[in-house]
Amino acid sequence: MRAVVTVIGKDTVGILTKVSGICTEYNANVIEVTQSVLQDMFAMIMLVDISKLNKDFTELVTRMTGLGEELGLQIHTMHEEIFESMHRI
Amino acid sequence: MINVHDILETIRMIQDECLDIRTITMGISLLDCIDSDIDKACDKVYDKITRCAQNLVRVGEDIEKEYGIPIINKRLSVTPIAIVSAACNASPVKFALTMEKAAKTCGVNLIGGYSALVQKGFSAGDERLIESIPEALASTSCVCSSVNVGSTKTGINLDACKIMGRIVKKSAELTVDNQCFGAAKLVVFCNAVEDNPFMAGAFHGVGEPDCIINVGVSGPGVVRSVLRKYPDADITGISDVIKKTSYKITRVGQLVGVTASERLGVPFGIVDLSLAPTPAVGDSVAHILEEIGLERCGACGTTAALALLNDAVKKGGVMACSRIGGLSGAFIPVSEDAGMIEAAECGALSIEKLEAMTAVCSVGLDMICIPGDTTDDVISAIIADEAAIGMVNGKTTAVRVIPAIGMKEGDVLDWGGLFGKGPVMRVNTYSPAKFISRGGQIPAPLHSLKN
Repeated sequence: MRAVVTVIGKDTVGILTKVSGICTEYNANVIEVTQSVLQDMFAMIMLVDISKLNKDFTELVTRMTGLGEELGLQIHTMHEEIFESMHRI
Repeated sequence: MINVHDILETIRMIQDECLDIRTITMGISLLDCIDSDIDKACDKVYDKITRCAQNLVRVGEDIEKEYGIPIINKRLSVTPIAIVSAACNASPVKFALTMEKAAKTCGVNLIGGYSALVQKGFSAGDERLIESIPEALASTSCVCSSVNVGSTKTGINLDACKIMGRIVKKSAELTVDNQCFGAAKLVVFCNAVEDNPFMAGAFHGVGEPDCIINVGVSGPGVVRSVLRKYPDADITGISDVIKKTSYKITRVGQLVGVTASERLGVPFGIVDLSLAPTPAVGDSVAHILEEIGLERCGACGTTAALALLNDAVKKGGVMACSRIGGLSGAFIPVSEDAGMIEAAECGALSIEKLEAMTAVCSVGLDMICIPGDTTDDVISAIIADEAAIGMVNGKTTAVRVIPAIGMKEGDVLDWGGLFGKGPVMRVNTYSPAKFISRGGQIPAPLHSLKN
């Protein structure tokens, strides 16, 4: 089971550290990261393994959303199935 | 890895273009709750509903969070109460109160099934239930009612049309202090479907399993945004774009339905492929039609554009899910669609045009406010006209008009939320009284004889 974490917003110091910090806290293994900074907009997509989470996935979602609000960024944490079903036949 | 473009597209659809799952509706059979003692029957109904649906809202909210897709409504539909209450020799309003109580316990926002199926005549409980509809709707907030008065197979029960004109009006009168809201929860159908997840017309048909999960998708905003990227495409191109978008929207419905059904341990029924608008900005079917190239919804060309939209939505959705059902098509409820409201307010959209539109899309004259002094006969005749369109075209049609008691053309009824607000629209007032008072059954059309 994997989830996709996307972070979009104004670039600031330490975004990656904070997001991956939460992943560590919940025992979510980061598999892949794509990141780009266009002008001062930061966009990151992170694929994480959620099969060995130590808490409920919904708690991770809430925590990430909370971090987004704190940093003034949009952080979406979504189960990868939604992307697969929508974009794969 | 899933590609970046796809991920961002999904997020944009949800965040900026109002993509959502409109409803997860659990259908529950109440056939095993029938009892000649109404109190015993109501107890059984309450127990069954709360037992089957106890986890519905929680599971819905979990799925919402995990997939990041809003699921706007969690709802219930039950076996038509006319059947369940037939054995009790008492007013079925008690069943409505029980449904309301059960719905509140489960945390759902609407429950449908205070219904009767009288397309060919009235059986024991039918007339009693129909007569009790205004009181039932006035004394509850989340109970929805529907009556099927015709079908392609049986023709139209004109006696039922006549009664329903009066019942619609009375439902509005009894709730005049609440913006005539009673009538907004009452639908009169022709060719009603048994697995419809959308309110107010949802009920759980007798041919359905004991308990089932049906899903209604939405996404007019997504379709409109995609069309905006193709300003110069010809109409075939437009159809293709809508198909592709509909596929994606419906896939999400399928995923949510399958997941909900697994977690609730209840079989998955159908996905209803519908473009259901909301009054929110950017979630309007009328705006799609305008994006296709009409100055205003209601202009000449609206029917053709809607026919194309309706067809393309189905073609795209068909491949995206395992089973399709419900109403499946574009909805055109006036008060629930920002673009329809604007079009009605500026005079571009009339009831007559809406009637033509109902011949080519799902449902019918939906959420339309009419002057409070409209006679019962005129409402009955509106119902008969719509039923005739449904009967002849072999499709579902419905009437949900709200007589705005004490108001006239141009005034506004405002319910807020998903029900929206609607300007009172002009109705042709020439009398159909003699036609309606003839009563009887309009025979089924020749093409119903398919065997």
